Parts: sequence; C-alpha cells; structure tokens
Amino acid sequence: MFAYYLQLGLRSLRRNPILTALMVAGIALGIAASMTTLTVLHLMGSNPIPWKSDKLHYVQLDNWSGDQPYYDDGRPPDQVTYQDAVALMKAGKADKQAAMFKLSLPVQPENKDLKPFQALGRVTYSDFFAMFEPRFRYGAPWNHDQDEGHARVVVLGNDINEKLFGGQDSTGRSVRLNGIDYTIVGVLDKWNLRSRYYDLTNGAFADPDEFFMPFTTAIDLKQRSTGNNSCWKSSGDGWDAYLASDCVWMQMWVQLDSPARLAEYKSFLDSYVNEQKKLGRFPRPLNNRLLDVTEWMKDQKVVSRDMEVQTGLAFAFLVVCLVNTIGLLLAKFTRKSGEIGLRRALGASRRDVFTQFLVESGVVGLTGGVLGLMLTGLGLLAVRALYSEYKTVASLDWAMVATTIVLAVVSALLAGLYPTWRACRVQPAAQLKV
Amino acid sequence: MEIRPILSALMRSKVSMILIGLQVALTLAIVCNALFIIGQRLDLMNRPSGMNEADTFLFGSSGFGQGYDARAVMKSDLALLRQIPGIVDAAPANSVPMSGGGWSSGISLQPRQKTSTADSTFYMVDDHGLNTFGVKLIAGRNFTPAEIEDHDQGARVQPPVIIVTKALADKLFPNGDALGKQVYLDEDEPRSTIIGIVEKTQEPWTDSADIEHATFIPYFLPYGNYTRYLVRTEPGRRDEIMKTVEQKMAEANPSRIIGKLRSMEQVRHEAYANDRAMAIILGAVILALLAVTALGIVGMASFWVAQRTRQIGTRRALGATRFDILRYFQTENFIITTMGLVVGGILSYALSLWLMQQYQSPRLPWYYVPIGFLCLWALGQVAVLGPALRASRVPPAVATRNV
Repeated sequence: MFAYYLQLGLRSLRRNPILTALMVAGIALGIAASMTTLTVLHLMGSNPIPWKSDKLHYVQLDNWSGDQPYYDDGRPPDQVTYQDAVALMKAGKADKQAAMFKLSLPVQPENKDLKPFQALGRVTYSDFFAMFEPRFRYGAPWNHDQDEGHARVVVLGNDINEKLFGGQDSTGRSVRLNGIDYTIVGVLDKWNLRSRYYDLTNGAFADPDEFFMPFTTAIDLKQRSTGNNSCWKSSGDGWDAYLASDCVWMQMWVQLDSPARLAEYKSFLDSYVNEQKKLGRFPRPLNNRLLDVTEWMKDQKVVSRDMEVQTGLAFAFLVVCLVNTIGLLLAKFTRKSGEIGLRRALGASRRDVFTQFLVESGVVGLTGGVLGLMLTGLGLLAVRALYSEYKTVASLDWAMVATTIVLAVVSALLAGLYPTWRACRVQPAAQLKV
Repeated sequence: MEIRPILSALMRSKVSMILIGLQVALTLAIVCNALFIIGQRLDLMNRPSGMNEADTFLFGSSGFGQGYDARAVMKSDLALLRQIPGIVDAAPANSVPMSGGGWSSGISLQPRQKTSTADSTFYMVDDHGLNTFGVKLIAGRNFTPAEIEDHDQGARVQPPVIIVTKALADKLFPNGDALGKQVYLDEDEPRSTIIGIVEKTQEPWTDSADIEHATFIPYFLPYGNYTRYLVRTEPGRRDEIMKTVEQKMAEANPSRIIGKLRSMEQVRHEAYANDRAMAIILGAVILALLAVTALGIVGMASFWVAQRTRQIGTRRALGATRFDILRYFQTENFIITTMGLVVGGILSYALSLWLMQQYQSPRLPWYYVPIGFLCLWALGQVAVLGPALRASRVPPAVATRNV
C-alpha cells in the first residue's frame, strides 16, 4: 500500500510543479539555515574528551587585588601565577597534574633549504600527555625524571615533523629552537581537536600546538609566555621578581579520578590558599574553583553568543518556512477535494486518505531534506569562508546528515498534519455533486 | 471600498489567513531584530581608528641564537627603513589598534590609588611614532629623540613624559586641562607628565569599553628578540614598498625571521571578521525569509484566485471592472498583512526584550517596526500583484460555464 501511496504522491507533486517546487525550496532553505548553524553550534560546544571530561579539572585561585575582583562578577582569574603552579606541582596531590603555558619559538631547521620559521608550542609537564591523551606516532612523552632534570627534550606535532623530517621517525634526532638543541623524544599523530580546550585563554580555535617541551627547561631559559599575561600590580624588576609576582600567565589542570579525590583536592587547595594568606598573599576571600572540561568551556563561552543568536534566528526562519508549507499544502489538498471525495466514495477509509496524504507530505519533506543537505554543505562552506578560525567546527558528520534528513521529514510531516486532517474530513457526497 | 465582502470571504478561509498572517508576523519580528543587529555591527566596523590605515603596514622580526643583539638590530632596521624611498616614516610599535593584543594598564591621579582613574593601552614608540601612526597632535608636542629610553623587561613603566588621546585626557581631567598635568602609570613616584594630546587612537581590542583610551610611551623595548615595526608609505605605494621591505629586511640580517607583513587594512579586515560574518549571515537570513514569505503569499493568492474563478467571473458578469477585481485581491492582502504586522510588532519588541535579557543587547529603537510595516506592506502588494492581475483577466463568461 505504501508503494502505491508513494506513487500517488509523486504523481500529485508532479502535477503542480511550481507549488511543489515552492514547498520543497521552502523546506530546504529552512532546513539548510538551521542545520548549518546547528552544526557549528553543536561542534563548537561538543565535549572534546567525553570519556574523562568530568575527571579533568581546571584550577583557578583568586590571588587578585583586595580592591578589585579579576572579573566584575567576582569570578577568579583565568590563569595562575608561576609560584602557585609550581607549588601545586610540587605538592602533587592530584592523580595527575600539569601546569602549562604558550610559547612561540624560532625553529632553525638543519636542512638549509628550509628557512627558519616561528612555531607555536606548549611548555608543560609530562603528565600532560597522559591527561589529554594525544596519540603518539613515534616515541613517547618525556618522563618525570626529565621534568625534574630540566631535560632539553621536545615532543613534536605531526605537521612540524612532516615539514622538518618528511614525516620520518625523528625520535633521537635533535631540533634547534632559538639557538638551543633539543632531543626529540616523541612525535604526535595528527591531533584533530575541535577546540583547544586545555588553553581557552589564548583562543579556543587557535592552530594546534607544534611542539611541547618540559616546563622546567623553559623556565631555566627564562622563557616568558607568548600568551596572555595579567598583573594587578607591578611585577618588579627582573626575571626572579617576575616569577615571584602575582602576575597570572599559566594554565593548571589536574586529573582527579573520583568525586572523593575531587573533594580532597578542593580542601587541599583551600588549605594551600589559607597558608598563603598567612604570608600576606591572596587578599580576597577564598574563591577557588575546580571546573571540569565542559563547565570550563561554558564559563569561557567557547560557543559564541553570535552563534547562539544565529541558530535561534535560523530556527525561527525554519518555523516561517513550515508555516509557509502548511499553507501551501492546505491549498493543494483543498483543491483535491474532488479526488478525495471520489476515493472515499469508492471505499477508501479516512485512515487510507490520511496515510496517502501524509506520505505525500513525507515525500516533500524528504526531497526538501536532500536539497537542504546540499544547501547545508554550501552553508558550511560559507561559514568557513566567513570565519577562518572555525575550520574544525564547520563540517558535516554522519550524525548531522541523519539529523538533517530526519528534521526535514518530521518538519514536513508536522506541517502536513493539519492539511491532511482537513483533507480526510471531506464528505464524499458534497464533492460528487456537480 | 468593499471591505465587508472581503472580510466575510476571509472568514471562510480562516486557517489560510492565520497562516499568512503568522508568517508575516514572524518575518517582521525577525527582520527588525536582525536588521538592528546588522546596524550595530556596521556601526562598530565603521569606527575610525584615528590612524592612517590606507598607507601603513606592520611586521614582526624575531631574532634567534645567543649572539643576537636586539637593540643594535632595531636601530639599524629603523635606519634602513627610514631611508627607503617612498617610506614616509617608520617606528617600533609594540602593538597597533585592532590587532587584538597589547599592553593595558590603569592610570591614577594619586599614589597607591585603590582603583585607577582610567584604563589605557600603552603604545611604546619612539619620536617617529606619532608620524608613522598618522595620528593628529591637537595640543602640546611630540617626543624628542632625547626622551626615548630603553626599557628593561619587567621593569616598572614610569616614563617622565607621555602623550595621550583626547578621550583619555578628558577622562583623567574632565575640565579639559590635561596638558602639562602629571599622572601615575605605576603605584608610586615618579609621575609622568602629559606633554601632548592626540585627537584619536584606538586600543588594540575592538570590544574594549573605552576604546579610545590610548597612551604613547617613549620606550624602546629591546628584549625578547622580538620587535614589531610600523611603516607608513607615500599614498598609493604601500603594496610595492611592502615587497621591497620584506626583501631588504631578510637580506639585512639572516639570523632572524621576518613575520608576515600585514597592511593596516588587513588588520582591520581580520579584527572585524566576526562582525562582518554576523552581518552577512543575518543579511542572508533576512533575504531568504523575505523571499519565502513573498513566495508564500504568491502561492496562497494563486490558490485563492483559482478557487474563486467562478465568483470572479460572476462579479465581472455583474458589472465589476478588472480594476475592481485587482483592488479586491490587493485589499484582501493588505488586511491580512496588517493583521500579521500588528501581531509582528508586538513579537518584535518581545524578541528584542528577550535578546536584551539574554545577551545584554541594546533595546530595539522604536522606528524599526514602523519601517518594517512599510516594507512588508510593499512586499505583500508586490507578491499579490501577479495572482491579482491573473484574477482580473478572468473573463465574465467563466461564470456561465459549468466546471
């Protein structure tokens, strides 16, 4: 029966090509607009590490001025100071912990055909790799001893390894950064992070890190962060004064494997800050936070307001398109009253008529969905052209393709419901009179 | 005008009427608010930076290796740049307007003031800074070469003399007598004397609340091996000179990397990329929405014309002119649109209120809705014209034909 209704539906749609085109185009446009914005919104906010996002916590301590909070709404600073990061690393109270900051360094390739270039990397501890789980193509992370020993070692990203060593296993070889040779201990696989969630202070959609080196090594070499640095009072003259200052310029993550460990760590942080208060630091009231990955992404508004507004408007637009489709279907089905009357007189039940017309609406939805999917592809291309940094979040995946088609068919069926209901209330007798 | 028969006809197809009305209402609400957002973004994008943007470009130089003497390289780079024909002036600049990164700090009138009087960005430049930026000095004087100091990394920022923007001067000294006054850039003595006031310069952050609070500081920053240079060329020669500079800089010193040269126009383009994208996307939604609504009206009106062919014929046979028929459908559309617009007007303000609460956006100015009314009335009339003309061409003889 379904095949027959499908055939009827298709024939009926072909009979009014303009009306059909209007309905299909309306649904396709509405679906494309909403799916384009929804895809970007969904991927922007998607959990980058779902299997352990509730175990990774971002440490925030409020070491800001007694006269003025860091944020007007009282939230603590986004980053921590050198002295606190090192104290927390030394205490080692979490299951895993990594302080880190962003660093840009000149790379001097051995190969003289390559010009020196600037690379953006990350200075951190060996636990970073166990916490954020990038896959290694060659080698392995450096170890705790190398952290302690200020070792001149480096882990390279996949792209820079391609560039410098043609993608070969470069572990054991060395790379010169700013005049100093580092031994390569590992090379990462391509790490396709949608958002660089471990450092949201310096741009969630920034390019991936090209190298990683031990924290202690970089501090030895007096490397300041290339990222954000905020101070509420002058740091004083010189490197040692800077390290001892209340300027915040590092990110600190801890892994806590159970809620009990989280509670323990919270109380440890509180006692740490209270100790510091005795030394005259931390003039503000106790205001430590340990947000997990998704909470931290929400706090830092990784999903931009513009995207939310666009998605809202796109769905409002879809509603308009559906209202439009309801009107057009109503017009179409009303014109077919005669045909309905005939079918009813020949013995079709209301249920049959209902199914027949719902199938017709479904066909409109399906066609609109397929067309909408193509338009969504175009829409995402446009988003990528307009927002250069959204490359990673403006692409369709299978889940989104399926959502698009389902959304289109469901929308069209919903839109078809009222006109169909009206159609099957047609009285056969009234229509057969001439 | 024969409103009553139109109304009674409409009452017989209530649902269709409500659907069109609803569509018009939603369209009005979305279009008004989206247009308002677009307007806000365009206003942001059109704010002048106070700089000469057309003829300036910037680039970074990062040296590497132990023997790199940043200070010497900086001096020789500047000398080299300034003698290239076609270059009006060149200066070191830690940052520029709209670049998104820079130095910001509080400025106070008292030592150890609890909260500073104003926040400002600091542009570390030499005596060529103002000329290279292309900003207009409206009071006082420029820095002299003798006033340029080397600043050590991490050292306090306490220059004897500074130049500020008019907006900052007025914020610090509302009586307009900032010139010659002293302020604290750090907590304690020594203070800095305001020796000049420039008309306008923006901070590097386009979302800054006090975007015109900028301070020029006569400092060389010869550390970190990284220097940024700003270059201003003669009008129209920027692109050609950018190529020359890239080549000469690379030749002058092999142990460094010359970053990508970017014109100020490019900096502006990138700084407002998100606002431009928002405006374009909302613009596209508005166009699509208007198109769908117009096509919806065309579809519905065509259906009504087809459904009423017999009545139209009868009316024509009874003496109605073509113009009467045309006017009938136009009036009908006007009534439906107006009902939709009334609802849409309320929806527009409701949506604006919601946006205000959710995103702290400003209130929709009152005149958007009346203008929206005019536009959608016009849209409705244009959309209905085709079907209405077709209706007016229905011959009276149709009335007598059977089926």
